[in-house]
Amino acid sequence: MTGDHQTLALLLFGVFVAITLTITTWVSRNRRGSAEEFYAGGRLFSPMENGFAIAGDYMSAASFLGISGLIALFGYDGLLYSVGFLVAWLVVLLLVAELVRNCGRFTLADVVAARTRERPVRIALGTSSVTVSVLYLVAQMVGAGTLVALLLGGEGEATQAWTVIGVGALMVIYVSWGGMRATTWIQIVKSVLLLGGTVALTVLVLVRFHGDFDRLLLTAAERSGHGNAFLAPGLKYGADWTARFDFISLGLALVLGTAGLPHILSRFYTVPTARAARRSVVWAIGLIGGFYLMTIVLGFGAAAIVGPETVRGSNAAGNTAVPLLALDLGGGANSTGGTVLFAVVAAIAFATILAVVAGITLSSSASVAHDLYASLRRRRAKPRSEVAVARVAAVGIGVVAIALGLLARDLNVAFLVGLAFAVAASANLPVLLYSLFWRDFTTRGAVWAVYGGLVPAVVLVVLSPVVSGSPESLFPGVDFQYFPLQNPGLVSIPLGFVAGWLGTVTSAEMPDEAKHAETEVRSLTGAGAV
Amino acid sequence: MYSSDDRPRDASSARYDDPWYDALASGWGEADVTDAPDAAPRTAADVYLEVQRSAAFQEVRSRYRRFVVPAVAVFLAWYVAYVVAATTAPGLMARPVVGAVNVAMLAGLGQFLTTFLLTWAYARHARLRRDRAALELRWDTQELTRVAKGGAS
Repeated sequence: MTGDHQTLALLLFGVFVAITLTITTWVSRNRRGSAEEFYAGGRLFSPMENGFAIAGDYMSAASFLGISGLIALFGYDGLLYSVGFLVAWLVVLLLVAELVRNCGRFTLADVVAARTRERPVRIALGTSSVTVSVLYLVAQMVGAGTLVALLLGGEGEATQAWTVIGVGALMVIYVSWGGMRATTWIQIVKSVLLLGGTVALTVLVLVRFHGDFDRLLLTAAERSGHGNAFLAPGLKYGADWTARFDFISLGLALVLGTAGLPHILSRFYTVPTARAARRSVVWAIGLIGGFYLMTIVLGFGAAAIVGPETVRGSNAAGNTAVPLLALDLGGGANSTGGTVLFAVVAAIAFATILAVVAGITLSSSASVAHDLYASLRRRRAKPRSEVAVARVAAVGIGVVAIALGLLARDLNVAFLVGLAFAVAASANLPVLLYSLFWRDFTTRGAVWAVYGGLVPAVVLVVLSPVVSGSPESLFPGVDFQYFPLQNPGLVSIPLGFVAGWLGTVTSAEMPDEAKHAETEVRSLTGAGAV
Repeated sequence: MYSSDDRPRDASSARYDDPWYDALASGWGEADVTDAPDAAPRTAADVYLEVQRSAAFQEVRSRYRRFVVPAVAVFLAWYVAYVVAATTAPGLMARPVVGAVNVAMLAGLGQFLTTFLLTWAYARHARLRRDRAALELRWDTQELTRVAKGGAS
């Protein structure tokens, strides 16, 4: 990678940062500082805008670079991984989006707390939401550091550290100054850039193969060295039974976790009605589905044009497959076209990370201020403005994320994204579904459902091979590995559902029929929705 | 549609905490209207119970459930079957169909296709079969709760 790439890529980064900061200032110019404004951006986004923003929140750099890299290295198994990310949206569309929009105000806990005792439920859901957000955030921060160092070929350590700090500072500025309105516009800009870049690269790949997808696959299989096995499952997730169960576990976590991600749920409050929430999910599914279809072309294209050996040589995890593909499609390493395309891809990946971390920071600051602070502050204490607390919380979360990102920057944290989905699926989804659909659900059931999913998920990961007992673990030197799978979903998701059921049936509290009626009527009709 | 005086009422349950307006959920600038005045004929809780029992609401709910329950069962089963087949039966998935395209490729692209189709079918069903009835119920319910709260809107 020569100096030209770096200069141009840095210039484009700079342009994107300048644009987003302009948006933030412009949006916060005459803000009124209400909670409605800060958490929900005034609730007046259109379904199309929100659909782009949802897609922007969801399509991380891990999807753009990671999944196409996986396909370039392992062929079909990368595609297998991407399917879960899309199918998950059916759970969101059918079971969650409209009902949550109708029942809640700002956070997931609003929906559940409406029919249970507020304090314990808000504390439980606030804790699990912040856990999910921090896991996801650290994965993104470390990813950003590695990515920028990789793309710019900088001096490793220092570049990485400054990237983590810079990304953290920017996300805090976006969120605490601009709130949901600025975050949403940043997501929209990022979505358009990402989709535009992906479409352009996909078209270039298809043009290279004269639109013949069959020949693209055959060339990829041939160059991979695996032959037809490259086009069938098994190269990555089919090694032994542990690997197979591990993937089934990950697949479950992906499909059920999306509907429990706090930063996705909070997006539904930015539109005026449940109908608009539904239409924004329909937009999002179209955009996300189209995006993953294109990553398949890019992944196999990288295998066919660049070749898995070159990809692996540049980065063992395959994260540079798309940038290398762009370099080649533009005309090679020393051509203007190659330089420009490479810099554009690098800038898009950077924009993607910035937008995703801003969305997560916003929703976790909402969990802290709206759920945790509101429940834990001393009753006598003078109530502060909730938005002020949320802004401070955003700074705090930024500091924590930067610190963890710096500490973990040399560790292999790729498992954190799967873990965040597993925790969301085990701790947030059961309680949400029970409170929307189960008449006899009680406060104890809600609290048990959250902790019954959260605690096993975290404990099982600590006891898993990602933390200890294998050369790739966080702590390779020690061995307290008792659980064979890397992803806890297969065990912890059922535990979350069982704990919620057990808590409810052993509860002395009589289920409140009137509150259930209220939740049901509100969720399906939108009566009294804000 | 909702006759008001057909059920006995317990005076002690006349105080109803509306959780959507609870004091804990701060950041909500307006004054709380949590207590139904004693003079009001019924509480918001009664209204919601009444609406829940009405034929119109039950129709909306059963339309929603009759679509969603089978749909969720089908796509989850289809996805789990796909993942299990891909991880445990690679031989079956590797069987070629046309050119470079094998069973696995068709199944994977089939997942994309069924997701798009189900999204379209759900949006259409909701738009044509549920939206109007739900909206009417919404206005009726809001009107009734407004009256129940003593006209304070």
